[in-house]
Amino acid sequence: MHLFTLTAVEAAQALQRREISSVQLVRDIYDRIDNVEPQVRGFISLLSREEALAAAENVDRMLKQGVSLSPLAGIPMALKDNICTNGIPTTCASLILKGYRPPYDAHVTTALREAGAILIGKSNMDEFAMGSSTENSAYHLTCNPWDLQRVPGGSSGGSAALVAAGEVFFALGSDTGGSIRQPASFCGVVGLKPTYGLVSRYGLIAFASSLDQIGPLTRDVQDCAYVLEIIAGHDPRDSTSVSREKERYTAYLGKEIKGQRVALPVECFGEGLEKEIKELVMGALAKCTEVGVSVYEASAPSTAYALPAYYLVAPAEASSNLARYDGIQYGLSIRSGSNLLDLYYATRSKGFGAEVKRRIMLGTYALSSGYYDAYYLKALKMRTLIRQEFESIFKDHDFIVTPTSPTVAFKIGEQKDDPLTMYLNDIYTITANLCGFPAISIPCGFVEGMPVGLQVIGRPFDEGRMLQFCYVLESLLGLKGRLAEMKLKEE
Amino acid sequence: MPAAYEVIIGLEVHVELHTTSKMFCACPNRFGAEPNTNTCPVCLGLPGSLPVFNKNALELALRAALALNCRVNRYSRFARKNYFYPDLPKAYQISQYEFPLAAHGQLAVYKNRELLRNVKIERLHLEEDAGKLLHDEGQAYSYVDYNRCGVPLVEIVTGPDLRSPEEARIFLETLRRTLLYTRISDCKMEEGSLRCDANISLRPWGSETLGQKVEIKNMNSFKAVQRGLEYEVKRQAEILDRGGRINQETRRWHEDKGMTDEMRSKEGEQDYRYFPEPDLPPVIVEDSLLTRIGTELPELPLPRYRRLLAEYGLTPYQAEIITGDRDLADFYEETVRIYYEPQKAANWLLGDVLKLFKQFPGAIKQSPFTPLHLAQLLKLVDGEQISGRTAKEVLEESFNSGKMPELIVREKSLGQISESHELEKVVDTVLRENGAAVRDYREGHKKAVTFLMGSVMKATGGKANPQLVIALLEEKLAKIGE
Repeated sequence: MHLFTLTAVEAAQALQRREISSVQLVRDIYDRIDNVEPQVRGFISLLSREEALAAAENVDRMLKQGVSLSPLAGIPMALKDNICTNGIPTTCASLILKGYRPPYDAHVTTALREAGAILIGKSNMDEFAMGSSTENSAYHLTCNPWDLQRVPGGSSGGSAALVAAGEVFFALGSDTGGSIRQPASFCGVVGLKPTYGLVSRYGLIAFASSLDQIGPLTRDVQDCAYVLEIIAGHDPRDSTSVSREKERYTAYLGKEIKGQRVALPVECFGEGLEKEIKELVMGALAKCTEVGVSVYEASAPSTAYALPAYYLVAPAEASSNLARYDGIQYGLSIRSGSNLLDLYYATRSKGFGAEVKRRIMLGTYALSSGYYDAYYLKALKMRTLIRQEFESIFKDHDFIVTPTSPTVAFKIGEQKDDPLTMYLNDIYTITANLCGFPAISIPCGFVEGMPVGLQVIGRPFDEGRMLQFCYVLESLLGLKGRLAEMKLKEE
Repeated sequence: MPAAYEVIIGLEVHVELHTTSKMFCACPNRFGAEPNTNTCPVCLGLPGSLPVFNKNALELALRAALALNCRVNRYSRFARKNYFYPDLPKAYQISQYEFPLAAHGQLAVYKNRELLRNVKIERLHLEEDAGKLLHDEGQAYSYVDYNRCGVPLVEIVTGPDLRSPEEARIFLETLRRTLLYTRISDCKMEEGSLRCDANISLRPWGSETLGQKVEIKNMNSFKAVQRGLEYEVKRQAEILDRGGRINQETRRWHEDKGMTDEMRSKEGEQDYRYFPEPDLPPVIVEDSLLTRIGTELPELPLPRYRRLLAEYGLTPYQAEIITGDRDLADFYEETVRIYYEPQKAANWLLGDVLKLFKQFPGAIKQSPFTPLHLAQLLKLVDGEQISGRTAKEVLEESFNSGKMPELIVREKSLGQISESHELEKVVDTVLRENGAAVRDYREGHKKAVTFLMGSVMKATGGKANPQLVIALLEEKLAKIGE
């Protein structure tokens, strides 16, 4: 048996029982990477086998000495390339940060390191997390392991593809408008965007500060709960990190979900949604009713404005967050010109890709004097309105369920030159970011061999009960921990 | 000054807050360190870093707000001011815009004890400082020092209330004095911990509308503020006299050349694209905090001046100088508390003591010479244990060494001889040895007593109590004449 087929928790349990070693896990993972990575290309940078083995040996030694380690000690994983790793290149898949090595670790990097998880590499993404297909990476494409002709989704496409292809046991992504959940849906894995403020953003290279959250991409719901337990919690270095007691998410798993109430917003099941996807989501919910869950129709009419509001707020914040890449202190610097403006123009023209430039321009425009009230301020008001509608649904429902994405993974290149169609990928996911609510995507079936995701949105900080719900649903659907069946060269 | 126009000036003053650490990170807030040594990922604006607001900066800013009679907003917000410049590593400055910390204040400005004006403080807000560019003559590039990045500032904006360059300077001096009392900053213009930009416009007398304003930067001393604005008044008046129009622009004052020149015109004016800083929650000022800051606020220069007049009977001149510096005023009142001779204490303090303090500027608090020393010195003089002349010597030594005056007098045997039987012997000897002078005196040359007095002083090494010597001489000479 190949070890890479195990879930993170299965591998961890075998490790704790000393049936296998972390070194074996790492070796098996690197063999798998050698086999499939040339086709998937989910990594943007990969640590050397020796480095990872050294870390694994360390964990094995501690386990042998009887040191009590976290449940995920010794488990190989990947971090999205916008999460800072001390001394290891962190590029946001942008030329402007090519070769940039941060002098410090992100909060989540430290948390996972301290938990003993083994960093294997940094995963590919859309440049600065702007995109829904990972085609906006300045370095290379990543292919969907279920069909190499298709995109893995984005922007955390590398993370999702690596998990689905068995190249790591889990990965972290970031989600600003659906960037964890949509690729999770496209690649048939579990992806969670936590409540805004649950996971520290310290060391996450900002796209849109008021929307960004880090979250896990995993093989199943149980793995998701374990990873979340490690990365969640108050961090005084992030002023938007919420101070509350640490929760044991794993303790929710296995409890029954009888009596829970689910709302289906009609706005998310109408035009633009593929019929087969709708049927899969409804079918999944039908199974829930068999275990005592009630399903209700609901309405959140303002969600019609979610996409426009998002495409004002996110680019506005991005235009400011990305202004620091000016060629002065670090990163790409083109100094051929004769003055300061030349340096700015040359560096930023060469360093940023088309989509990033488009959003910087959108955001700069939206914040300009004379337009601020009409665009940015209005978008903030829409945000409040949408949040109020969701809060009112949550008054008498536990969860909101929608499809994660209106389509399955599309073909590489299919939407590349059509930004507006590309933006529609996020139609069901962005509301959770605008409201700051937690949302998770889990696999609910296949359409023409491609995975389909179902999204569960919860009340703020209700991740525990969401995971409880999804854990049951996952077992009802019988889709737990499936890896992509890849045609390999040598296997 | 051209009398044809009314001059309208408003100031924007930046004051560095003397916190221990910077505004949004734990780096030390210190002037004069080696370039780029007080930095970290946060103040360098490295990707992924996030600001955390230093509550100490809030407390200092609140002190300033209360000292300037501002209304403190219980809810204020940080905003990003976006612009590109190499000394600004995030390419935005964290500042406050729509919701400043405080507003609607005022500061009374006096000249020669006459009220010039109550100057409105339109707003007071918090913001972070930028770094510094260092230009090397003849090089094609500049150096950046990020040490100052993230140093907390308050920006204080006045209304267009000032009516002359001199008034602007006096306002700025008054503001500095007031802020020094609150100990939020050392307010050194030469080190940049107090910086001042001005908006200035002219209009014909009687006109209700404001003329086109021009912003003046780079005035780095109180004198420069007055000179720069005087230059600008002249420049604008000449343009208006010719029937010309004032351009909306920012101009830079050149202290060496004594003139301003254009920095950027209206077309070059930036759109800062302010928006609420998403990385920081709103600043909420609780009642308890505001009450505490209010209670801790020291008595400010103006009320203290008035109290010193009433309580100690000082002259306005004395009270003005004493309250001009909080440390000096504290020194004075502590001296008087220990030894209640307010007028004498003021005379000594403003005379010989202040002269010594001025040789060691800023050292009143650190000086080994304390109010206790001065009080003891005053007591020695009052008790006629030392002469005024000796007292000056004792003061100097006490000031330099920190020794108590009594100890110095004892160690050096500087005490006055006031015991009459001791002096009598000396006087007798002097009279015996100076028959000629005694004769002169008796023949009506009363001045001869001065000579005899000098001889007594010489014989006692200057320690004789002069009043007593005169009395004794007169008594004995009268007896001889009988």
